[in-house]
Amino acid sequence: MNPFQYSKPDTVQAAIDLSSPVSRFIAGGTNLLDLMKENLTRPEHLIDITGLPLADLSETPAGGVMIGALVSNADLAWHPWIERRYPLLSQAILAGASPQLRNMASTGGNLLQRTRCYYFYDASVPCNKREPGSGCPARDGLNRIHAIFGASEQCVATHPSDMCVALAALEAVVHVLGRGGARTIEFADFHRLPGDAPQRDNQLADDELITGIELPAAGFAEHSHYLKIRDRASYAFALVSVAVALELDGPVIRQARLALGGVAHKPWRDRAVESGLTGQTVSRETFTAAADALLQNAEPLAHNGFKVKLARRAIVRALSDAALGSAPSGGQA
Amino acid sequence: MSATLSEATQASFVRHPIRLTLNGQMRELQVLPWTTLLDLLREQLDLVGSKKGCDHGQCGACTVLRDGKRINACLTLAVMCDGAQLTTVEGLAEGDQLHPMQQAFIKHDAFQCGYCTPGQICSAVGLANEGRARTPGQISEWMSGNLCRCGAYNNIRDAIEEALPLCQPELEQGGEQ
Repeated sequence: MNPFQYSKPDTVQAAIDLSSPVSRFIAGGTNLLDLMKENLTRPEHLIDITGLPLADLSETPAGGVMIGALVSNADLAWHPWIERRYPLLSQAILAGASPQLRNMASTGGNLLQRTRCYYFYDASVPCNKREPGSGCPARDGLNRIHAIFGASEQCVATHPSDMCVALAALEAVVHVLGRGGARTIEFADFHRLPGDAPQRDNQLADDELITGIELPAAGFAEHSHYLKIRDRASYAFALVSVAVALELDGPVIRQARLALGGVAHKPWRDRAVESGLTGQTVSRETFTAAADALLQNAEPLAHNGFKVKLARRAIVRALSDAALGSAPSGGQA
Repeated sequence: MSATLSEATQASFVRHPIRLTLNGQMRELQVLPWTTLLDLLREQLDLVGSKKGCDHGQCGACTVLRDGKRINACLTLAVMCDGAQLTTVEGLAEGDQLHPMQQAFIKHDAFQCGYCTPGQICSAVGLANEGRARTPGQISEWMSGNLCRCGAYNNIRDAIEEALPLCQPELEQGGEQ
């Protein structure tokens, strides 16, 4: 790890005032310190934000829940409001990382974690995300874990978060504060596709700090499901994950949300497929048709064609399980 | 070395005072910002029970308890532990009286080489403090942050299953549960 200055401000405004192009905010540190140990990022100044008053959950006037950016992943997953009203979010969080990491990692930091592309993580090889213009060894290299949607010539990395896949399906809103003041960002717009600037994972400016994540009132608690497929039974990143949230009227779908993880540079949604499910009757045929429609736009690479078949089956299973009714969160039986 | 460092970097070589409770003892320490909790414990305080396996939060050998909750000491900056209550494997026993989790690991032969064991035991005590695990499946799932290259998993799970009811939760603050 490189040497750096350390500050611990007491107020959000002080934290923003301290920020500069060579500083980074640190909360849980579970990803940032790992990146620093690999020499993938070398901030000159760490601003410890764990003293800021952003560690609570509160109810919003709109009937939703505001999650402070510093609420730990574990506290969020086990919070009674989240377990009861947003079980999809609890399930997704508990599907990610380990208990130790979930105790440390913050909600805001989860959104900002970097890809686990093994070329990005190897400082000895080129990577457009690390060093713009240096090249992408993944596109024609070992790309088994890489994107099948939304990739560019410059970058085929995927976003690693499970939590964010659920937040995308729930249409959360990200609250940020910077030198220019406060603003909100719809979750679907928060993360970027790589395009010509893969070094930018999201829309956040250098001086902006995530202060909270707002959940809308609709939690789809009756019919939601998070399904994660990975190389081992626990504690691994998703090859494919699916977050489903359904509103049903008997067997008829009133509203459907479907977000995929492990397949793109951001949680992947296809609004046409979602709206196509509206008014349909719950059945295996309906779900298979939706999965086929979504995956007809997939662009697999040399080694990740299996993700198309895997995603198709995962979508059908997740939709079926959500339609049957939400299972309680909290580990294996 | 210093001739090539920027002013900002040179200014960073400042030790920060921290106060923490370590295994029941109040400690006042001076730490550099980039010293991890694991390096502080092992290199400066001679508490070498916590192990450096991967140093990237993947193996769990460095697991310690902060305010009763299990964390990876390798991904924690010591300077960010100011005011914390820390327990390492060295702080679990009461004198010669082993913690029930330590006793159960011995009884069930829940290790082979022993390298991962301090992290496994601290993690298991953290699991007990969380108070949620009921079934062997849940124990396995919620111990997945601790790897054992010898493959003693079945005995580790059996030891934890037996010790869980004997462990008094030691969470420092109630939280929302």
